Amino acid sequence: MRLVSAYEIRDKYLRKDMLPTIFCPGCGIGSVLQFTLRAIDELGLDPDKIVWVSGIGCSSRVPGFVNFDGLHTTHGRALAFATGIKLANPELKIIAFMGDGDAAAIGGNHFIHAIRRNLDVTVILINNFTYGMTGGQVAPTTPKGLRGTTAPYGQFENPFDIAQLAVAAGANYVARWTVFNYIQGINSIKKALSKEGFTLVEFLSPCPISFGRRNRMKTAPELIRWYQQITVPLAKAKKMKPEELEGKIVIGEFVDRDRPGLVREYMEYIKRAKKMMGWEE
Amino acid sequence: MKLPFPVGKADFIQGDEAIARAAILAGCRFYAGYPITPASEIFEAMALYMPLVDGVVIQMEDEIASIAAIIGASWAGVKAMTATSGPGFSLMQENIGYAVMTETPIVVVDVQRGGPSTGQPTLPSQGDIMQAIWGTHGDHSLIVLSPSTVQEAFDFTIRAFNLAEKYRTPVVLLTDAEVGHMRERVYIPNPDEIEIVNRKLPQSEEEAKLPFGDPHGDGIPPMPIFGKGFRTYVTGLTHDERGRPRTVEREVHERLIRRIVEKIEKNKKDIFDYESYELEDADVAIVSTGIVARSALRAVKMLRENGIKAGLLKINTIWPFDFELIERVAEGVEVIYVAEMNLGQLYHLVKEGANGKARVELISKIGGEVHTPMEIIDFVRRDLK
Repeated sequence: MRLVSAYEIRDKYLRKDMLPTIFCPGCGIGSVLQFTLRAIDELGLDPDKIVWVSGIGCSSRVPGFVNFDGLHTTHGRALAFATGIKLANPELKIIAFMGDGDAAAIGGNHFIHAIRRNLDVTVILINNFTYGMTGGQVAPTTPKGLRGTTAPYGQFENPFDIAQLAVAAGANYVARWTVFNYIQGINSIKKALSKEGFTLVEFLSPCPISFGRRNRMKTAPELIRWYQQITVPLAKAKKMKPEELEGKIVIGEFVDRDRPGLVREYMEYIKRAKKMMGWEE
Repeated sequence: MKLPFPVGKADFIQGDEAIARAAILAGCRFYAGYPITPASEIFEAMALYMPLVDGVVIQMEDEIASIAAIIGASWAGVKAMTATSGPGFSLMQENIGYAVMTETPIVVVDVQRGGPSTGQPTLPSQGDIMQAIWGTHGDHSLIVLSPSTVQEAFDFTIRAFNLAEKYRTPVVLLTDAEVGHMRERVYIPNPDEIEIVNRKLPQSEEEAKLPFGDPHGDGIPPMPIFGKGFRTYVTGLTHDERGRPRTVEREVHERLIRRIVEKIEKNKKDIFDYESYELEDADVAIVSTGIVARSALRAVKMLRENGIKAGLLKINTIWPFDFELIERVAEGVEVIYVAEMNLGQLYHLVKEGANGKARVELISKIGGEVHTPMEIIDFVRRDLK
């Protein structure tokens, strides 16, 4: 397979009149965007049949930069909007680009219920442990003890493990990588886009400006080194004791199953309704 | 198309049921909701009918998700509705603003109950008038319709869809527990008896590139729905004609918001609807809306029998509001009585419209009972003494 250059991907899929992006130096969102566009390109998906949906925050600005139909909605509600789009026109493929605060805090309820329904959507989740756009407040994912503007003495709450939450709620596919897991990241997005039902690829993504700066990691390389320290591949984690895993974040592919998606379930429901009413053709 | 209820004849049904049937005849094929009294029967009727007409009906996790889902469905090209009551309507306000800003045609039904907060779930109220008009933040305009009878609940629902499509805007059907739960004779027309309006779609590449522009000079841009290759970006941020976020330029914001507001306000004559009864020679006018207008009509008739020249102005469209009409009425009468089931919400609009040309008095009643005609008559008589 020919390696497509980043310039080709940019020219093919980005809205040039929207560039430059709003992202800060060292931000990981651009990388994840590139992974996603590469996955779409390699799968040969029809851009006219893909809708990008997002909520509010840095990662939610992504649909504005890509030349697709896009709905930039209210904070946390992307998956609720996506439910309407997908059920109203099942031939559309939905990509929801979300942040950790967007998905797990204000949108937490929509998140777990979209997964429970197995809504046919691919969620690309940027987890930078903070509210980047509003200036570095703590998020539901901020590791204990790390600082944000709303927890200047160090976060005292327990963080969510978003990927595990998605597995427990019933997602069809869940993987987590850092933005530096280039090949795994693209492959996971390709897999996620090819599957029915709810699929999630979470990326630990550096935010040096809002998060790193307050936690003695002012640059992206410092955050990279930190990710290398705190992440453990799934296979290795399985052999580790719980106390060894304390403070670590497991990366890898957590689940890959084929439960029927919401669209298929609803189509069956229509058939059942017509049969019960004696309307069957 | 085969329909799951009889058409071309009258039926004896609840207001909520009438709203559901009307929505289906208006072309609604997406309903998302969350159970709440006294609006749940709309959802339950939709749950029965929608799958049979190949539509979607889904119970979302809350009201916020419900309105979000119908906005999404509308951008996917499908007519969509949700229904709720006061507390749920409050939750929807942020996304009502989103629908205004993104010019998304949707219909939101608010079957009012007594509030604030959980209030009186099973009893009627007209306490959400201000919330319907001004509930969402920022400068905006939308359309609010208010039926008095089950037949009107049916007819206004169809009109709500038509207005939403015509003006690319959210339309609120503001009714109450009394109309919602009351059973009355309703004529359910054949589909070919109903005038259906569908949104303008872009007719050219040029139009599709300006999903928030004004290519026809009427302030209403054609709506490039998703999946047709238009590649439209829709955002709740202040955006230019092409839909690109432009959040710090004063001119862009002003141009957008003024157009969104004016496309409603400038078409007030088309949207505003009212009925008047014996107003021509009236000395006193009663202004009322929704269920209370029926008591007011009876009161007007009885006042006339007792020698008081009363007339009724029944408001069918609460917003956009025809202030000039109220002023004309005020010029002909000595006093206007506003009878409503709240502590004075329509009253403020009427008082502003009357513009000092007549005295405006509020006949207020809260607690979940509709004014009796005698209560209105007693108030008028006492006041005129």
